[in-house]
Amino acid sequence: MTMKKAVIANNRFGLGAAPGDLARVAERPTAWLLDQLQGPHRSPPEIARLDNSATVLVEVQDLRRSQREMQRSGKEIDPVEKYGRIVRGHYLEQSAARYRTAIMSKTPFHERLVHFWSNHFAISADKQPLPAIAGLFENEAIRPHVTGTFTDLLLAAEQHPAMILYLDNQRSIGPNSKLAQRANRRQNRRQNQREFGLNENLAREILELHTLGVDDGYSQRDVTTFAKIITGWSIGGANERGRFADGEPGKFEFRETIHEPGSQTLLGKKYAAAGIRQGEAVLRDLAVHPSTARFLATKLARHFVADEPPEALVQRLTDAHLDSGGDLSVVYEALLAAEESWVAMNGKYKSPHDFVVSTLRAFNHVPDRTQFIVGALDLMGQTPYRPGSPAGWPDTALQWGGADALYKRIEWANTVARRVGSRVNPVELGQAVLGPAFGTETRKAVSRAESFSQGMTLLLASPDFQRR
Amino acid sequence: MSMLRRRELLKTLGMAAVANSLPSVAFAKADTHSRFVLVVLRGAADGLAIAAPYGDGHYASVRGELTLQPPGGDQGLLKLDGLFGLHPSLAATHESFRADEALIVHAVASPYRARSHFDGQDLLENGASQVAALRDGWLNRALAPIGGQTTHAIALAQNAPLVLRGDNAVTSWAPSRLPDADDSTLRRLEDLYADDDFFASRLEQALTSQDIASGMDGMQKQRTRGNEAQQFGDLMSAAARFLTAVDGPNIAVVELGGWDTHANQGTTQGPLANRLAALDRGFGNLRDGLGSAWENSVIAVVTEFGRTVRVNGTRGTDHGTATAAILAGGALHGGKVLADWPGLAAKDLFEGRDLRPTTDIRSVFKSVLLEHLGLAPGVVEDTVFPDSRSATPLRNLIRT
Repeated sequence: MTMKKAVIANNRFGLGAAPGDLARVAERPTAWLLDQLQGPHRSPPEIARLDNSATVLVEVQDLRRSQREMQRSGKEIDPVEKYGRIVRGHYLEQSAARYRTAIMSKTPFHERLVHFWSNHFAISADKQPLPAIAGLFENEAIRPHVTGTFTDLLLAAEQHPAMILYLDNQRSIGPNSKLAQRANRRQNRRQNQREFGLNENLAREILELHTLGVDDGYSQRDVTTFAKIITGWSIGGANERGRFADGEPGKFEFRETIHEPGSQTLLGKKYAAAGIRQGEAVLRDLAVHPSTARFLATKLARHFVADEPPEALVQRLTDAHLDSGGDLSVVYEALLAAEESWVAMNGKYKSPHDFVVSTLRAFNHVPDRTQFIVGALDLMGQTPYRPGSPAGWPDTALQWGGADALYKRIEWANTVARRVGSRVNPVELGQAVLGPAFGTETRKAVSRAESFSQGMTLLLASPDFQRR
Repeated sequence: MSMLRRRELLKTLGMAAVANSLPSVAFAKADTHSRFVLVVLRGAADGLAIAAPYGDGHYASVRGELTLQPPGGDQGLLKLDGLFGLHPSLAATHESFRADEALIVHAVASPYRARSHFDGQDLLENGASQVAALRDGWLNRALAPIGGQTTHAIALAQNAPLVLRGDNAVTSWAPSRLPDADDSTLRRLEDLYADDDFFASRLEQALTSQDIASGMDGMQKQRTRGNEAQQFGDLMSAAARFLTAVDGPNIAVVELGGWDTHANQGTTQGPLANRLAALDRGFGNLRDGLGSAWENSVIAVVTEFGRTVRVNGTRGTDHGTATAAILAGGALHGGKVLADWPGLAAKDLFEGRDLRPTTDIRSVFKSVLLEHLGLAPGVVEDTVFPDSRSATPLRNLIRT
């Protein structure tokens, strides 16, 4: 029983066992997980070494501006090539830090929570300049708050420049804001009305994807009202056209001149005019709304327990959220205290990310080239920081279970086995990282393999290893 | 014969040899067999940019800076009829339209009336009349009545999208740059997976696709290259090869994202124009690749919903309702725009902001299933699109 709990603690709540890990936590698996919730958490060294997002944003924006000026003055340049190289460099550096941390971490439960919430507040690095700061968003907005309150996490995520840029809020302009009114006085109103208007992208996704959940008790009118409330949530420093020069470059900036003035009524509650605090008040209410609590509880239970999580568990997590005012550690404690969490050793089909990280943890191996990891995840359909939409990556076997995706896992397992697996006895490794989850059939197949390397491929591709 | 043994055999003999020598195992698919390709544009593509109603008196005033110029001039729309013109980036599609092999269905929408991408895609793909009412895809449910023992549908992706997921086996394929696992390892995995249906069925499906791909020149170890738009062109070429392969599928699903143009969407230049050009290139690749099978093919290009009629504050458009769908293929009775046009006057807009839907997208799908793929009406109404009586099939869509 204790070994079974050690397997679940390492492989489902953590990121996968390395040899020795199962025995190390066998005496106190739950306590080992709970310990990881104790703050404060200093950033891992490879993450602490990275530049901050403001510096990187200013760098890439300056580069764009100077290239535009050079082009205008007729100079021969290849703007895409240089810009792309620099952005890609940041992306790979941040991905390297993320995966090195994940592979080596001694607090893998905490690390999994970072990945979970980073995916909940997904930005997708397929829109420029986000590849340059996607990893920094995770480290700056998500990492410090995963064991704190959901309110703090929500505020940090929505006020990070990466989120503002991803969901287009930086130039969403209140129709009655000072800027719009000034411009309307100066110019013909009809010509101008399209210049100054709302962009409701961020408002909609906060309600639908970050808090209440889709279509849960809000209307199109609420979306539009909320968009007005968060007008002015922007980024400091001049934009690409050289407008809006105020504020600290590359950092979140509230621009009062484009903020829609006046009080607003959202979800039946009136929010008095209060500048930036009007939107913050909305987020504070949303963070502890019953729909939010239930939406988050469902996602957490789905991630940690089963694709179709037991209703009783979801209800307990919802209650924990509401009773604690959104204290995430209290929610995790309820999750760890639940019997349902400790039933099956193979309740979840690993995502490609889980598969790759757990494989490399089993080998204690950090590849020299980050591209080895990024390329593998790309082939398996989970390119780091690029879910392709603000909904983030899916979390069920049905969605990851494509035939080609499984074939890619087999091909990659085979590649890894040839590269690092040929020196390791796959039966011993299977026993060390799967313990009692190393089934008889898998053991038989692995031990009968014609080489260590083939045995390793079978182990990594086996249903026992592919599930957590 | 196990999938793997067949795979080895095919490798040894080459696909053509197998087709000739073992007709009972691998039969050559005649070009007369019906093919269907579904292209899903994710992110809500702007129907008013795909096929612009330049003849609507309100068009230029409501579209403002996103207005496309009428047909005739430089960079003007490509004329469809007196009311509609195709976006200038869609030249290959227009060519087919002029050959009566493409048509536009406008002011079309699924039954979904809110504006979430994810629920919108859910409904477009599950074929239900309410969100999350069905957990499998309508095209998967359509496979049972058509299918015999072999796999009939393929997703050109690592994972099958919802529209193809469900009880009926489907396969998926995407380019790889990893070395093959050797056959001895694969055979052992087949054995190891034998007691686990989830793994066993997927490995079998994957090996089927590998079979077909290994018989096609240049498809082995094809590298993924370029950005998503370029990759789409390659995937459409690959779709054509699967659809024309011996023993290949006759239904394919391909996806292309990047349509969520909230900011700076542009007119004849810009992100939306680039995406449309990529779509058009892919369309051309598919048409060319199908060769004589084009005559019996239908391609449907659809998206979860449209975008706001008016331009937003950031030179883009927000989530809307009705949009346009493109149908093409030699089997089609094309050269027309099917639209019960709701108009763009303020009073005609849905909720004061969106193009009003007048055609149910399921009416389009039903016609394809009934007239082109030959499904029985009862199956289409009861199994594929339950609870959809109000969506009557469009008439006269397919050449007979």
